[in-house]
Order: sequence, then structure tokens, then C-alpha cells
Amino acid sequence: MSRFRVRGKGRVDAAKPMIFTFDGTPYTALKGDTVASALLAHGVHLMGRSFKYHRPRGAIAAGSEEPNALIGTRRGDGRFEPNTRATVQEVWGGLQTTSQNKFPSLRFDVGAVNDAAYMLFSAGFYYKTFMWPKSFWDRVYEPFIRAAAGLGVAPTEEDPDSYASRYLHCDLLIVGAGPAGIAAALAASATGRSVVLVDENAEIGGTLLSEPDAQIDGTPAWDWLAQSRADLLAAGVKIMPRTTAIGYYHQNMIGMVQKLTDHLTELPADTPRERLWRVRAKQVVLAQGALEKPLVFHGNDRPGVMLAGAAQTYLNRYGVKVGDSPAVVTSHDSAWFAAFDLADAGARVQVIIDTRAQVRADLQEAARARSIPVRLGHTVTATAGRLRVKNLRVNAVSGGHVGAGTWINCDALLMSGGWTPSLHLFSHTKGRLAWDDALTTFLPEHTPEACVIAGAARGLWGVQAALNDGAARAREALDALGATVQAAVYAVAKDRTGTGVSLHELPTDRSASKAKAFVDFQNDVTAKDLRLAVREGMRSIEHVKRYTTNGMATDQGKMSNINGLNIAADALGKPQPQVGLTTFRPPYTPTSFGAFCGYHRGDHFEVLRRTQIDPWAEENGAVFEPVGQWRRARYFPQGNEDMDAAVRRECAATRAGIGMFDASTLGKIEVVGPDAVEFMNRMYTNPWTKLAPGRCRYGLLLGDDGFIRDDGVIGRLDADRFHVTTTTGGAARVMNMMEDYLQTEWPDLEVWLTSTTEQWSTIALNGPNVVKLLAPLVEGVALNEADFPHMSCVECTVAGMPARLFRVSFTGEVGFEINVAAPLGRQLWETLWAAGQPHGITAYGTETMHVLRAEKGYIIVGQDTDGTVTPYDAGMGWAVAKSKPDFVGMRGLARPDLKAANRRHLVGLLTEDHSLLEEGAQIVFDPDQPIPMTMRGHVTSAYATGTTGRPIALGLVEGGHEKLGETVYIPMPDRTIAAKITSSVFFDPDNTRLKI
Amino acid sequence: MLLIHCPYCDDTLPELEFAYAGQAHVVRAPLPATQSDAEWEEFLFIRDNARGPHFERWRHIHGCGRFFNAVRDTVSDRFYTTYKAGAPRPDLASLIGEAP
Repeated sequence: MSRFRVRGKGRVDAAKPMIFTFDGTPYTALKGDTVASALLAHGVHLMGRSFKYHRPRGAIAAGSEEPNALIGTRRGDGRFEPNTRATVQEVWGGLQTTSQNKFPSLRFDVGAVNDAAYMLFSAGFYYKTFMWPKSFWDRVYEPFIRAAAGLGVAPTEEDPDSYASRYLHCDLLIVGAGPAGIAAALAASATGRSVVLVDENAEIGGTLLSEPDAQIDGTPAWDWLAQSRADLLAAGVKIMPRTTAIGYYHQNMIGMVQKLTDHLTELPADTPRERLWRVRAKQVVLAQGALEKPLVFHGNDRPGVMLAGAAQTYLNRYGVKVGDSPAVVTSHDSAWFAAFDLADAGARVQVIIDTRAQVRADLQEAARARSIPVRLGHTVTATAGRLRVKNLRVNAVSGGHVGAGTWINCDALLMSGGWTPSLHLFSHTKGRLAWDDALTTFLPEHTPEACVIAGAARGLWGVQAALNDGAARAREALDALGATVQAAVYAVAKDRTGTGVSLHELPTDRSASKAKAFVDFQNDVTAKDLRLAVREGMRSIEHVKRYTTNGMATDQGKMSNINGLNIAADALGKPQPQVGLTTFRPPYTPTSFGAFCGYHRGDHFEVLRRTQIDPWAEENGAVFEPVGQWRRARYFPQGNEDMDAAVRRECAATRAGIGMFDASTLGKIEVVGPDAVEFMNRMYTNPWTKLAPGRCRYGLLLGDDGFIRDDGVIGRLDADRFHVTTTTGGAARVMNMMEDYLQTEWPDLEVWLTSTTEQWSTIALNGPNVVKLLAPLVEGVALNEADFPHMSCVECTVAGMPARLFRVSFTGEVGFEINVAAPLGRQLWETLWAAGQPHGITAYGTETMHVLRAEKGYIIVGQDTDGTVTPYDAGMGWAVAKSKPDFVGMRGLARPDLKAANRRHLVGLLTEDHSLLEEGAQIVFDPDQPIPMTMRGHVTSAYATGTTGRPIALGLVEGGHEKLGETVYIPMPDRTIAAKITSSVFFDPDNTRLKI
Repeated sequence: MLLIHCPYCDDTLPELEFAYAGQAHVVRAPLPATQSDAEWEEFLFIRDNARGPHFERWRHIHGCGRFFNAVRDTVSDRFYTTYKAGAPRPDLASLIGEAP
């Protein structure tokens, strides 16, 4: 039996001992222990070092609110988690744990030098210190901040666990399975409604687990708990322990994380580590209880100083005495009971110090009966002890005067500053809080959600009050569901309720400016820091919070927010309700990234779209690039070719023979209906009325602001049918835009739009030898200038497959695009590939496509345009109809700014020294002007290799169309490049190569 | 996650099925060419920035695909009503008055 384990106490199983390690030292634990309770059973209070001052720290609490005892937990490769609270991590056999924030060891930590230099690290330290000189940022300040930042160490290996997510719909969700929550569940269990009861702890019971002596309707608390649990399960109530409600979202959606394996010695196969639940509940009962408040005094953070309620929990729930000779300091009755329980378990309680001058007679009598010295109207002004508290300084207070101090020895100090209702989830609902002067805390007042608050969460203390309120509030919720129940009334004997006063800081006879009286333990924020923040001009509590970091640690201010508010309110000279509370945000407790990711990791992180021809590209060594959600073949290297070499070869082969390209990702929309041509006239800049069936036209789509949104070749297959193509990335956006105008502006038009992107496989063939390959395979049309000129389209068969054949070119060569039913794509590709071998057919990818189109000055929307480019800027005024009454963007083009002189125009750029420009580089007119220079444009496309024998570029340049032949400059970090403005067409400007 | 009622499907469905589509009742003139610069600026760029009830468009993009209108409170995210495109703007006072 470990030294501080109390025989016959607690719910741990003495028959099931286990071994775990802490910083390499093995310790025994019992089934049911947390790491904190097991370490305390061995007398180990020192569990970590604080974040800023590296002060030695121990567990201050026994639950999820713990700010100090953060540890790393490890279960073999990849299964390391930092910042786990030792107070909630259940021990399993073989668990490895480590302390954090220390070097070289927990007992001796060089970082503790910060503690001695605490005057330097006051509130706003970072803002004040890292100001100048500017050159120090990169080399001194940032490395320093990065090294000091962060709690614990992030895992470096990939997490081998899986994480699940599920939806759950229920009538009544009860959050918190203490007495209020259980009474609520019992009330609802007979109604036949679906009821879910969740609790973050390993077992339900809440306060009852720490109050075994209470008797509920004559039954001992733990027997009543076991019976109630059995009754609830029998009634079909879903009980979910180890499940934390992390957030309350709109319309009664509650996010919950269920821990499934972190307490198990053997990992079961095929079980996720955690499961994220999205619960939609018709009604919610929030019964989250209350959190005990620490007292604020110098030295309130030493290992061994802890909340009185936590000490009571360690004793009654885990059978662990937190010390042999504890002292108690309190302003609330509840700590007296903790003292009595410890005395009854054999501890010699050194003293109960109560800040109040008057305390209930029965408590004083009970203390006398146990021979516990009592000091009323006293304060604690200091503690001592390097790695564990060893004594405390006590002073009498009378009439506002603090008397002389005397030292009292102890090995633990239990404190209680009263209780704060846990209102986190309530606040997530945008619920309104009301300040309660008597309780010195905020209480829930109104929430817009279908939700009731029960028990200690609304300031009701004691088991009986919680039970009865749970039943009564559940009745309200059930009423709203149309289920009528009689609310049970419970009578509880040995119920230990109490009252107290709330102090902001304990009175002291010492200089407040030297006191290390901690408010936020995790972020090392003291009362002095809060006052300093107010003195330095912070007025809003939100500013005080950010300046001092009070409440910003992973515990989210569960212990510090109310104390912080009280101290700030004092300093501001305003009542608390006028200062207000900072906002609680989800998640309630730290939540793993895995739980949020769920199944969306690795290949499931994002949809990957592949064409039918993609497997052929993969088999033939393609290098891929992502384009939107698609992956597209970028180039097809042969042998040891790099990209430049491959692209040069692919370009040359296409210009000299035949290049074949998978264009299936092009967006495709079928526009059909009696008013299809009218619709096209209104959507696109171009005129469509006179386009004959069987002909195509390049279409330009603007926004109503007049800027280019998309483009593509559009074929008119019939009087009432258009085959519209869009850019690969723009397909969904164009479809949405068309639907928007059709449904909401022109609902009178009889037109139907269908996305057909994935219904067609599209293969582009380009080059002077294309007709030789294709003509023998095509039935239904003769491939010559007379029958099928450039910009024609037809429905025919290709290699026996029904096809839509377009004669278009995005390369400047004779070109065709063959659309076949998507599943036939690969068959057609391979047929063409085989038939093309005698003609030197070459597969090319998107990189070659880019080079070939740039040589012809064909734009890519989104690369050469950026949402501020008009058709005129892009040199495509020819695509804008002059005599239509309206089209989307027509009025926009007439806006004064769009007609202004000196707009940026798309032009070609040829560098004088034949060097390659960088896409995105800025363009200036005068390279010798002082910095910052006036920027006159930027490079949009630049390619090193192609058919022109020199690098080419496109760019947007102020007044570019009027500056052909002039020289502009592109300043780079190491030199300035001069380039000549040219036409954007670099190759075959007369389009002679488009002819068969 | 919000639950949104699609007036075309007549069903209340998760927010994931819907896409926000900007302020409602912004009318594009039948012949924009006749609009003054000021009128066109108003149509293109000027939008309400309501704190409270806001008339706005949504699209049931992963469902029936229809655009519809809604009145949503921008503070509480509460939907007061949804209605079909083309239906008249509902009376705000009676809508909010009816809300419990």
C-alpha cells in the first residue's frame, strides 16, 4: 500500500494494482486512479513547472479544470500527447508519463531563473521588450520567443490512431451526471423519450463520488448511485461517460468528444481512440456543476497548495490523503468539511483559518471535537517551501488592519474561495448572464436555445438542492416536449451545504507590488499584473485579458476568470457587472486535432478528381500537378528528362507532328431550350444569334462589374442547344452564376442548364499531321477546310464511338477536341495513341499546353487576369458585341474607371538579355527612382522553353497597348531586368498554321 | 450548424446543403444600359450591413439547386422565415412580432 493511500476509502480497486512511470520512475497505482491521484498516493506533489516563471507546481484540482499538472503521456511510437491533465488521465498498466517545461530535471530547472527575475516579466512584457532595434527581430527576438513559446512539446510522429465521428439525434440531452443530471435523467426516463446523459469523468456521479456519507431518501449515496445507474440503463437512457460536451452550437447542436481507449492497457483492434459526436437535441439540460475558486495570496501556487474540494475528492473518491498535516484557509464553509474528512482519515489538521470573523457554531463545534485549531478573522500572507509547501504565515485581521504574522508548519494547504457556477456551455449559446451580489458571481439568466440550467450551475449548493432542481428543470424541458411527469422530491441526510464570502485577494501586511499571488496559474498571471494592466490604460476586460494573458491558457480561465474580474473591477473602480466577463469559447476542454479531423485525413482530406485517362498517364510516367480538385498530367518525362527538357520536346513534337492532350477536366455545361440563344446572348459578351448550328465561337464571360470571369469555346449543336466549355477551375462557379441569373433575374426564359463536365472525356489533338491520323477514324464529316473549317463542331463517330468533334485550337496548330462518353475516354486515347505512332504522336501535359498557348497570346483566366481585367485590357475587344441591348457586364464596362486611360493592358514582354522573368514580378518604368518605386504592372506568365528560341512572358502594364516597343524594367533582389513591350502573339501572328 | 428550411423542398435540412448568396431583393434593372453611374454603383456595390434581421439569398446547392430568400438575424443567426425567389418581401414587424 502506498504511503498516503487510506485503507477502506475511495472507489479505486485495491485488488487491481498497476505500474506506470513518471519521468522514468515506476509507481504503483490502483484501477480507477488518475495519474494525479496515484502520484499523490506516493506523496508526490511536484508534477510540473509553470509556463513563464518555471515555478514548481503540483495538482491544484482533481478534475478537468486543472491548470498546473500538465504531463506528456506516451504509448509507444506515435502515441505521445503533450499537455494532458494528470487529474483526468486514467492510469493503465505501462503508461509512460513525463513532466513538462523543465530542464534538465523537474526538481532542478535552470528556467527557474525567470522566477528570480520576475520583475522583468510583468504584464505586457513582450509588447514592451521586443520593440527595437528593428534588425533584432529576425535574429534575436523571434528565435527567443519561439523557443519560449508553447506548452509541452508537439509530437513529431504521425498519429497511428483513428478517430471517428457520428451524428446523434435525441429528445433530451443532459450534460453533467452529478446529482442534478442524474435526477433529470431519472425524471425523463419514464417518458419513453430518447434521453442521453453525458459526463466527462470515467464514471457518473459528480459530487456524489466525493460525498459517500450523504444519504438520499435513506440510501447511502453510492448505493443510490449504483441503483440509479441501473434504473437509467434499464429504462433505455444512453449513458456516456468519458464524454465531454465541448461546445454548444446553433439550434441545439452540441459537440461532444468521447474518449474510447486512453484508459485501456490493451488497445482493442478496430476501435477509434476518440469519437466526435454531433448531437441535435430537442431539449438540453445543462447540469455542469460549479468549480471551486482559489484564494489569491502570496505563494498560493506551491506544490501542496490545492483546492479544499480537490483534497476531499482525492480522499473520498481515490482513497488518497494529500498530506499528513494539512492546513486549511477558506472563506467558505465547504472547506471545513474537507478538513473534517481528512482528520477522520487520520491526518493531523494543523489549523483551519477562516477569513470570516463569524462562522456557523456547528462547524466550530465539529472542529473542536476533532481537536483542530481554528483561527477566525485571519488571513494567510505567505507560504514557504521550495518544491513543496512546508509552512504558512498567518495574520489576524481586525478593522481592516492586518496584524503580525506567525508561521505554522504544514505539508499541504487546502484553500477555498467559494464556488463559481460552470457557465461555459451556457455562454456558447449567447446566453445572458446576471451578476449575483450575494454569491459574487454571474448566474445564467436567459438563453435563446431550448435549454435549461440545473443545480450548482445556477448557484444552488448541496446534494438535495441539486437533486430537486435537476428533477424540476427536467420537468420544464419535458413539458416543452409534451411529456408530463411528476417531479420527484428528494430528501438528503448529511447534506453538507454551506455559505461563504468571496474575497478578491486575501488581506496582507506586505507590499502588494512584491506579492506573487497567482490568479491564472497556467499562464503565471498575478494580481499585480492585472493591476498593472489597468494602470497602463487597459479599460475593457477583454484588453486586460489579452495584455496579461489571464484566462488564455488551455484551461480557458476556469479558475482564474472570476478572480481576475474581481481584481480588475477593483482596480478600475467599477462594479463587476459593468466590467463584464470575457467570452467563453468552445471547446470546453482541450480537444485533440484528431477528434476534429475525424475521417478527413490522408487521402480523405480532400476530394481528388481524376479523369478516365489519368491511369494511362500514371502508367506512362506523368508528373502530376493539382488544378483545383483535379490532378492533371503536367508533363511526360522520358529517360532522365527534367521538366524543361520534357516540355521542349513536347512543344516541338506538337508543332512538327501531333501532340495529344487530356482536356477532360474542362468544365462543360449543356445549355438547352427554346430561349437558349437568348440566354447565351445575355450571359456572354459575344453575339450568338447568327452563329449557325455546327459552328463554334470563343465566348467571354464577365461579371456585372465588367471584369473577365471565365472563357471557353462554345459550340452551337442545334438551334436550341449549346455545348459550353469553361475553364477547369471555373466550372462550378460559372454553373452557379448561370443558375443565379436564370432563376432570379430571367425566370421567364425557357432554358435548362446541365453540368456535363464528368459526362465527357475530352481529348485534344494538335499539330500539322493531325488530319492524317484522324480522318480515317472519323465517320460523318470530311476533315477539310470546306466541310469542317476552323471553329466547327459536329456530332459524328470517332473510332466507332459516338462523339462530339470540335475543330478548335489552343496551340495555334490545326486542332481538334474529341468528346466521347466519359467511360470510353481511355479506349479512344489508346486507339489514337496506337494509330498515331507512325505519325510520331506525343502526349503532352499542362505545362506544354501553357507554353503553346502563351506563344499564341491566348490568355488563361485567373493567371493573366485577376478579377480587375476587362476584355479591352486583355486586348479582346473583338469578343464584345457592339449592338446587343444587354449582356452581363455591358453596363459595367461603361463605368468611368473601366473606360479610363492608362489602365493596365495585357502585353508581351521579351527580355533584352534573354533571361526568364518571374511570374508575379513587379514592373516599373524608371529603374533609377528611389524605393519605394512606383509599380506599373506585373508579369502574369513566363516560360523559358518553347518554339520561339527565347523566353517569353505576358504581363499587365499601364497603358501597355500604347507602349509597344518601349522598354520597362523588372527589379529583382539581385539585379534589374530590362524587357521590351511586344505584341502578346509571339508565334505565327497571321494564323497560317490553323489551315489544313 | 444551422438548420435551414428550403421553401422548394419544404424540408428543414443541415446548413451543409446550402450556400449563402448575398443580400436579397437587389434588383438588376431590366436594361442596365439605361442606369446612371450612381444607380449602377448602388446595384453593384452598396449593401446593407444589418445588425439584426437581414434579407438574404441562399441556394440549396446540394439539394434542389434553387435560390430562395430568407430573413436571418445576423446577431443570433436565427432564421425568421424563408420564402421562394420572386415572392414579396415579408413584413418584418409582423415576422419579429410573431417570434417567441
